[in-house]
Amino acid sequence: MSLDQARRIAEEALSGIEYRVDEGKGFIEFIVAKENLVEAASRLKKAGFDHVKSLTVVDYKAEDKFKIVYHASSYLNEDLAKAIVGIGTEVPRSNPKVPTLVYVWRSVEFQEREVFEFFGIEFEDHPDLRLLLLAPQIAEKKPLRKDFIVKEEPIIRTKPPTG
Amino acid sequence: MSVWVYGEQKSELGLEGTITRKLEEDLYEVFIGPQHPGSGHMRIIIRIDGDIIVEADPDMGYVHRTMEKLSEGREWIKNVPLFERMAIHDACNVTVSYVMALERILGIEPPPRAKYLRTLLCEINRIAAHLYGFGIFGVFIGHSTMYMWSFADREVMVELAEKLTGARLTHSYPIPGGARRDMPQDFPQAARKAVRYFRRRLDEYRKIFLDNPVTRKRLEGVGIIPKKIAAELGVVGPVARASGIKYDARLAEPYDAYDEVEFEVPVYEEGDALARAWVKFEEIKQSLRIIEQAVDWLEKHPREAPIHERFWAKAPPLWKKVFEAEGRVKLLPLMANLKLPPGRAMARSETARGEIVYYVESDGKTTPYRVRIVSPSARNAIVFKYIAPGYKVMDLPTIYGSIDYFPPEADR
Repeated sequence: MSLDQARRIAEEALSGIEYRVDEGKGFIEFIVAKENLVEAASRLKKAGFDHVKSLTVVDYKAEDKFKIVYHASSYLNEDLAKAIVGIGTEVPRSNPKVPTLVYVWRSVEFQEREVFEFFGIEFEDHPDLRLLLLAPQIAEKKPLRKDFIVKEEPIIRTKPPTG
Repeated sequence: MSVWVYGEQKSELGLEGTITRKLEEDLYEVFIGPQHPGSGHMRIIIRIDGDIIVEADPDMGYVHRTMEKLSEGREWIKNVPLFERMAIHDACNVTVSYVMALERILGIEPPPRAKYLRTLLCEINRIAAHLYGFGIFGVFIGHSTMYMWSFADREVMVELAEKLTGARLTHSYPIPGGARRDMPQDFPQAARKAVRYFRRRLDEYRKIFLDNPVTRKRLEGVGIIPKKIAAELGVVGPVARASGIKYDARLAEPYDAYDEVEFEVPVYEEGDALARAWVKFEEIKQSLRIIEQAVDWLEKHPREAPIHERFWAKAPPLWKKVFEAEGRVKLLPLMANLKLPPGRAMARSETARGEIVYYVESDGKTTPYRVRIVSPSARNAIVFKYIAPGYKVMDLPTIYGSIDYFPPEADR
């Protein structure tokens, strides 16, 4: 089954929900409104997309938004396994809150925790929203946002250390 | 630490077998790690009732290096040596999908020779990583012979990789549009000798480890993941295949030369630690088959530059002269300032521990706008939380070793 066939299956499942299609190389994304995210994800799961491969968040600072996409695929349906179909939404950077999809896909539980600490995006009703990888003082800075800039430390010390 | 009430989760998910009973008072909290519970640093906080685990909380991040952020400040090619630090003994498998994503954005395909060279190194890496996993697994359950044997035999594959790439580990072999260099003239003989050695050796592994009554008592029926739950938790690689899921990124979306070589994907139904060990064992056999086929193909076909002609056309005269005289290729200087057109791509490859997924976004500069990596161990970590409860404390090393959890790769 090609990506086009998987796309048709997903489009059929999402009928009735307003969506926008974003195409990429090797995957396809359906972007819905925040309110419809849980419903759309549940329908995709019923259509056979049983696990999430990657919870991908991109910070578009110039457009003042986060794009949150759950890239799902299938294990139990061997045809669907060949395609990666994303379902996602966009939220403003000032109020990054989305409903959790843990109750739809248990496989996103740790990935939502990871996004929470790296972007400061809050997943409402997540059963266990704690830090996963980072220490609290680093997580505060929300390191994967574009306004966190990595400063390169000089390798050679130019002045002898004082004190 | 928050408290989960497992009974409620059960009713929502219907995941039988993941929950033992509701939390009660009088539980002991035991911190396992972070000083080397296994192959690196991670901690599992467990709560036990007597000898039975009732709750497990994997606490990761001790070897986290913010690779996703670091990659945004580095040129495209420099991310290859960065990402392979996730699993240095599995370097080619881990980076090949990143390179594939770049190739998709560039709209190029590597030449067939490069595809076979990459496949060859991927399989050499897979065997080395499985042996590493077996070694750690062996020492976890007190089987030091397996540890000694597999670490010694891993050396054969590491040296083979050195012969091919010039580096024992961290080969940085796949590059956008091809492979970094071709194999030396005497490589096929060395590869065939190694394959012959392993065929003989694997039988001994089976006798001393997999068919050993002591090992079987420790592994059989431990850490069972039923097929439905494995799909729900999204586990990958040998863990999924030991639970009856027929999924392998090499089959789902064939890359490099995997659609041309013959191999089988071993799948077991039992879903326990022993089945996971068998999957890895059988995968080594299949990798040996692929190595033989790749070496045969490479020997039969005339040498060509293992890099896309679009890049090779811009190679300096010295590069071409060396290639014509000795058949050697080196990394092209233009790679340093490689610019990608704006675009987004995803790619996946099957590493020894399971599938790795890259999402790459370019905005037309010499550095990525965003790279998202989901490594296999990061996806398998959820097993500790949902599968370990209900087993004894001494079964935890078995579960840990059998899913081949590798902290540097999980933490990224």
